[in-house]
Amino acid sequence: MALKDKHAKQIEATFAKYPDKRSAVMPLLHLSQQEYGWVSPEGIEEVAGLCEMDPTQVRSIAGFYTMYSEEPKGRYWLQVCTDLSCALCGADKFYEDLKKELNVEDGGTTEDGVFTVEHVMCLAACDKAPMLQCNFHFEENLDMDKMRTKLAAWRAEAAKNKA
Amino acid sequence: MYILYRGREVKNIHKFDVYTEHGGYEGLKKALGMKPAEVIETVKASGLRGRGGAGFSTGMKWSFIPQSEPVKYVVVNADESETGTFKDREIMETNPHQLIEGAMICAWAIQAKAVYIYLRGEFWDVAHELDKRIAEARKAGFVGDNVMGSGWSCNVYTHLGAGAYICGEESALLESLEGKLGQPRVRPPFPAQKGGGLYGEPTVVNNVETLTNVPWIVTNGADEYKKIGTEQSPGTKIFCVSGHVEKPGNYELPMGVTFRELLYTHAGGGKDGRKIKAILPSGGSGPIIRVTEEVLDTKLTYEDLGKVGSILGSASIIVMDETVDISWVAARIIKFFKHESCGKCTPCREGTYWLDKLMDRVMEGRATQADLDLVNNVAKNMAGMTLCALGDFAANPIIHTIKNFPEDFKQHLAPAGKAPTRAGAAD
Repeated sequence: MALKDKHAKQIEATFAKYPDKRSAVMPLLHLSQQEYGWVSPEGIEEVAGLCEMDPTQVRSIAGFYTMYSEEPKGRYWLQVCTDLSCALCGADKFYEDLKKELNVEDGGTTEDGVFTVEHVMCLAACDKAPMLQCNFHFEENLDMDKMRTKLAAWRAEAAKNKA
Repeated sequence: MYILYRGREVKNIHKFDVYTEHGGYEGLKKALGMKPAEVIETVKASGLRGRGGAGFSTGMKWSFIPQSEPVKYVVVNADESETGTFKDREIMETNPHQLIEGAMICAWAIQAKAVYIYLRGEFWDVAHELDKRIAEARKAGFVGDNVMGSGWSCNVYTHLGAGAYICGEESALLESLEGKLGQPRVRPPFPAQKGGGLYGEPTVVNNVETLTNVPWIVTNGADEYKKIGTEQSPGTKIFCVSGHVEKPGNYELPMGVTFRELLYTHAGGGKDGRKIKAILPSGGSGPIIRVTEEVLDTKLTYEDLGKVGSILGSASIIVMDETVDISWVAARIIKFFKHESCGKCTPCREGTYWLDKLMDRVMEGRATQADLDLVNNVAKNMAGMTLCALGDFAANPIIHTIKNFPEDFKQHLAPAGKAPTRAGAAD
């Protein structure tokens, strides 16, 4: 499948870090998700084969962690922190406003498939609230004005990449 | 004077050249000229205590490693997921080489063959930058084969988690690193013992902040470190301040600074000048403190926080002002622990679930005093009964908020005469 063909060097380098193949399951699940956009059943089978593990074991690992999505996601995965420190600094309202802006429910994907939005626990950015991660990159010290600018930029990029 | 956040005094110290121009890797050089046991003694004598939250003597932890075992590991806990904690992230972003150097000194001291830096998955960019720093160190001979011509070889690798607070618990971290579910192990054996560490080999697991202190200690000596802070809590500590303050952020200060100094002199006091009502000194895990003048004058050390019924822990200081309903705080923290419970042991898995449901009932005005008593009861039956400390932590936000702020809870109780949901009935 694609992973072994496209990323042979990276996979080899990953295995070289550990004395046990099984340790590579997490980095390879990340790689699979980066490649296919989500952790699919086929992706799980592929990682299981590479790590010489049972697909059920790999699936249980995928299900255990929040950063592996077992459903297809939007092109931009927005994870908003609404944990205590951020909540004390307006994160709840910010999250409500963001969902309203994008017309999605908690955990939902916009109709155009561009954004998936969910709330998450502390992201270690408590002095820069409200904040979120977009595809695991930090976006901090936010308000809805800044957010609208970012959303527009991401939509534009998504449209460009589709064309 | 900064030991850790040296980037605040030396511009661009994250860059290899700047780091080495300012004494970088001199600590490792000095350590390689010492016997491993001497390095352990130095760290022990310094009084350095684990900065991840437990405050255990770092040197003593290193000394538990059986030197005769051929394969040993250092694991750096960069999982930083406690609510209100963001100190290790800033260390890795602004002074990464000092962490690498500290980890290598630890590896020399226990004669480890590899260092694994386990970062939470959300530190995606931090990890990729750290890989570049490690490559720089390797190129200069500070990491890898035949370190600085010593004959000893040790590699440093990063490993990304994928979103699980429990992987900050050291035995769950090791499970996760081994490619299994991040669930805590039964102890003993402990990580330092044969059979208890990474891949079953003796392992030191240390927090990022802890190890970043080590190059300074080795370079300047244990006595110099003991001059800072207090006798039982030497050195500096990074205090993460968040919530209702004017200037949230990380503050590296000598141990023994008071809440008043930290929150008012450094963090600008309560947001918009409002009165501070409550403090959580150790993120979501430590007992909440009702703020009084006595509390504000309490020294921030491992030994002094007990006097006000709490702990220093990771020093993730969350500040709440007079506008905050503490029962809302309790409910919010419980949602965290319910989400993060790994599910392995029954008191935590079931307890966090029920605490969450009961707190929903309280916040929705459907609870009676009997429900409040039940919440307290469930929490008390979790503390001390679980496989790891998460179960204890999850009980704290209930027990101590109800004890210290009973009025905030009572205001939610269903009015007398109304027929509330009977406690224990299915929702």
